[in-house]
Order: sequence, then structure tokens, then C-alpha cells
Amino acid sequence: MTSDLEIGLYIFMLAGFLGYHVITRVPPLLHTPLMSATNAISGISLIGSLVIAGADHGTLSTVLGTIAVACSTTNVVGGFLITDRMLRMFKKTPE
Amino acid sequence: MSPLSLCYIVSACLFILGLKGLSSPRTARLGMFGAEGAMALAVIGTLFHHEIINYTWLAIGLLIGSIVGGTIGLRVPMTAVPQRTAFSHALGALAATLIGVAEFERHGAEAGKVLMTALGFEVVIGGLTFTGSLMAAAKLQELIRGQPITYRGQNYVNMSILGVIVVCLVTLVFSPGNAFLFYTMVGLALIFGLQMVIPIGAADMPVVIALLNSYAGLADASMGFVLMNKIQIITGSLDGTSGFLLSLLMCRAMNRSAMNVLFGAFGKVDPEAMAAAAAAQAKGTVRSIQADETSVLLDGARKVIIVPGYGMAVSQAQHPVAEFANQLGKRGIDVKYAIHPVAGRMPGHMNVLLAEANVPYDKLYEMEQINPYFGEADLVLVIGANDVTNPAARSNRASPLYGMPILEVDRGKAIIVLKRSMNPGFAGVENELYYNPKTMMLFGDAKESMNKLLAAMKTGH
Repeated sequence: MTSDLEIGLYIFMLAGFLGYHVITRVPPLLHTPLMSATNAISGISLIGSLVIAGADHGTLSTVLGTIAVACSTTNVVGGFLITDRMLRMFKKTPE
Repeated sequence: MSPLSLCYIVSACLFILGLKGLSSPRTARLGMFGAEGAMALAVIGTLFHHEIINYTWLAIGLLIGSIVGGTIGLRVPMTAVPQRTAFSHALGALAATLIGVAEFERHGAEAGKVLMTALGFEVVIGGLTFTGSLMAAAKLQELIRGQPITYRGQNYVNMSILGVIVVCLVTLVFSPGNAFLFYTMVGLALIFGLQMVIPIGAADMPVVIALLNSYAGLADASMGFVLMNKIQIITGSLDGTSGFLLSLLMCRAMNRSAMNVLFGAFGKVDPEAMAAAAAAQAKGTVRSIQADETSVLLDGARKVIIVPGYGMAVSQAQHPVAEFANQLGKRGIDVKYAIHPVAGRMPGHMNVLLAEANVPYDKLYEMEQINPYFGEADLVLVIGANDVTNPAARSNRASPLYGMPILEVDRGKAIIVLKRSMNPGFAGVENELYYNPKTMMLFGDAKESMNKLLAAMKTGH
């Protein structure tokens, strides 16, 4: 557990630094799509919810897991769709 | 290493590349396709997870989520993107909280200190983000008045709630079986979320949304720690950093600290500001203009700058605005758009609305880029933007806006301001720009005014 935690904390920290550098390069032009994109991506919590909804740990776990699956799926599907809708609209002046 | 772990590693990599793609509009879509593929890979891979034995409920959850998400994703109008974003933070946080509760019930007294700490963070941050985001979404959708709601001792109440939450969490780490404490903590976190957003006015929403985005990310990362799910720790951390960075940018654009936004309740009108406003009023008169008189101003104009604000979003005026700019372009007039970082209700809001109206993105200029051009502009058209154009931010030390970086509209040769009425903006401060002798006010709904301008321009020549 401790070593797992240690690895987890390292990952958390490194991803934070990486995120800082990647995201400072995103121009303000795309800040709204950035928000919906990170939102869709963090819908990856779906994978944890799927296991809890399907593992048969008891009624409560299954019910809460199912609601969590529905919420995360909404974010994933809705987030990616609206991000793409926005990104499709950004065009340069035709030459 | 299991095939599933390999899936997750590939997915994590593609997610990061997806965000990297967003550094340019040219690569953004491609990056997002990669991220979508990564998500599909991770989800499909997980369906083969050995612990999953019953697929009924999980299928129902996926189906409901796809239908709701699909409807939202395809139907939500671009003007409603801020509330959709707030709503999705609420959903993400709710998912984290519920999983936290489920895991608490499963492990109960056997939860070790590490697990209990992670669980605590997950339900507390998740809970407050859930109610806070719902409140923000309701304010943005105007289900609740956008004005800040404040009462005496508000900060003390909030601090006490937060204090009790911390005590519960610490106690739980040492005696993890205490369900009463756990649910008290969850309940207080839910209340704290409401308390946190209630005092914040609609104009501060860009900061709040970004901050809630960050919290949603942290809740997600804590869930990653609870389930020891590394890819989720990564995405949670990325989401948290992104939201935090955006809220810092927004704060800087308003010349305020994050503390000040959260504990300050900006919308309050203080006596000093009222006095300054009265002084400004005494200084000059407001000149108003009719739409058909404006075409004269366009005669001989070579450079025009358009400054859009939330008023444009409210009246959905982006299409006539773009049409107007097209007409000017046909006459050989150079048109640029000036976008203040906090124009609108979320970071980048104006850019999306103008892109929707087919305005090419190379016409959209950030504040630092456009400010040097205002001096050369023959005409500046301000459409529903207020506080971000107030010269008092530069010159008047008494103004609550003092020090905020603004668009230097007052340096233009002539200025037309489209505005519904003389009501002050969200900061409750009179805009000195309106008393400038170069400024003419065109009162009315932004969309109607733009349509009249268009008509006037067509008949004028």
C-alpha cells in the first residue's frame, strides 16, 4: 500500500508539472474547448465506476456505481461531442 | 503487465497528446480524435476486467449516460456552454462522491489510514464541487439571480463549516469505522459548496468555473488514489492543473487574488465607488445616437475594432456582428476583434461565439496584442462590454476596478457603445468611457441595434 501510494504521489506530481507546461501553451482562443476537453478526459473515472457497478459488492455499491457510470458517460460523450463542435467552427480567413 | 495496463498506458499517452494538440486550432481536432480513441480503448479494455461479473447495471448506466451526454453534446447552444461546463463539473464530482461512499461502505472499519485519507478527500472535494457547480450552473442559466448573496459573518460561517469538516476527516483517519462522522462530513461538504458559490456574482463566473474545474480534477485524482487507478491520477492531476491555471489567468485579468474572489463578493456596491461614480457623472454628459446616424461615422473609416462582451452573448448578436464586419470588409475596411480574457462567462467564451458566426480566428486579438492598435482605430464598436473597457481602471485610484488590465477603447478616434441602458456593469461602477466626448451611446438590445446598423449601412450607400 505504501509503495503504491508513493508511486501514486509521484505520478500525481509529474502529471501536474506536465499539465502546467502543456496547458500554458494553449492560446486563450481555445480556452473554452480546453475546459470541455479536460472535462471529457477526466470522465476516465468511468473505468473505476464500471468495475464498481459490475463487481457485485452489494446492492448499495451497484446502485451508486451505476449512477456514477451514467454521470461519467454523460461527461465523456457530451464533453467530446461539444469540444469537437467547437473546434470545427474555428477557421482562418480564406486566402 | 496485463493487457489492460497496457491499454491504460497508451490511453494516458494519447490524452496528453490530445491536450498538446490544443496549442493550435490546426492540430486541435486531430488531438481530440486521439483522445476519443484513447477513451474508447480504456473503456472497452475495462469491460474485460476480471472483477466485473454482472453487466446488466453497467450497461444501463452506459446507455443512460450516452443518451443524456449525446443530447447535451449535440443540442446545447454555444451561448449555453458555460452552464453546460458547470453542470458537467457537477456530474463528475457527483460520480466521485458516490464512488467514495460506495467504497466507504465496502471497506468500513478496515480502511487503512491511506485509503481513509484518500476517501475523505474524494467525498469532501467531490461533495463541495457537486453543489457548488450546480449553484454556478443555476446562476448562469439564470434560474437563480446572478447577484451575489451575502450576509453578515458569512466568512465565519464558512470557516466554521470547513473547520468541522477537517476535524471529521482527521478523526476518521484514526477511527475509520465511524459512519456518523463520515456522513456528517459529506453533508457539510455539500453545504459548503453552496455557501462557497452563493456570494459570488455572475461577472466572477469565469474564475469560479475555472476553480470548480480544478476541484473536479482533484476529486477525480483522489478517486484515482482510492482505487489506485494510475490513469485516473494522471487525468485528475491534468484537469486540476488546467483549472487552476485558468483561474489564475482569470484572476490576473481582473487584477484580483483568488482569495478576493472567493471571500470578497465583488458585486457589492461600496459607498466609495458610488461617490466616484457620482463624480464621473458630474464630469460630463452622455451623448446618444440613432442607428441611422452611424453610417456617417463609417465614411472614410479605414480601421474598425469591435469589442464584444457578455451583452453580445445574451442577445445572440454574434451573427449580425459578423455580417456587419463582412460588409465593412467588402468596403476595404480593416476589422479586428478585441477579446478581453474575462469577457463573457467563462474563459474563451467570446472566441467560441464568434467562431460560431464564422469569424475567422486570425481576426480575434488578445488584449495585449490589440491595445497598441486602438490609437489608430477610426471607430471602436463596443457591444455589450462594460467593466473591461472602463478607463477608471487606469486612472482612478478610488475605483474598485483600479489596476485591472483593460482594453484601451478610449484611445480610439470615435467610439460607439451598444448598451441596453445606463445601468452600471457587474462591478456596480459607472463607466467613465460613456462620458468621454468621443463616445456615442446606441441604446437598445444588441442584436436589434446591430440589425439596424446593418440596414442603415446598406441604405446609406
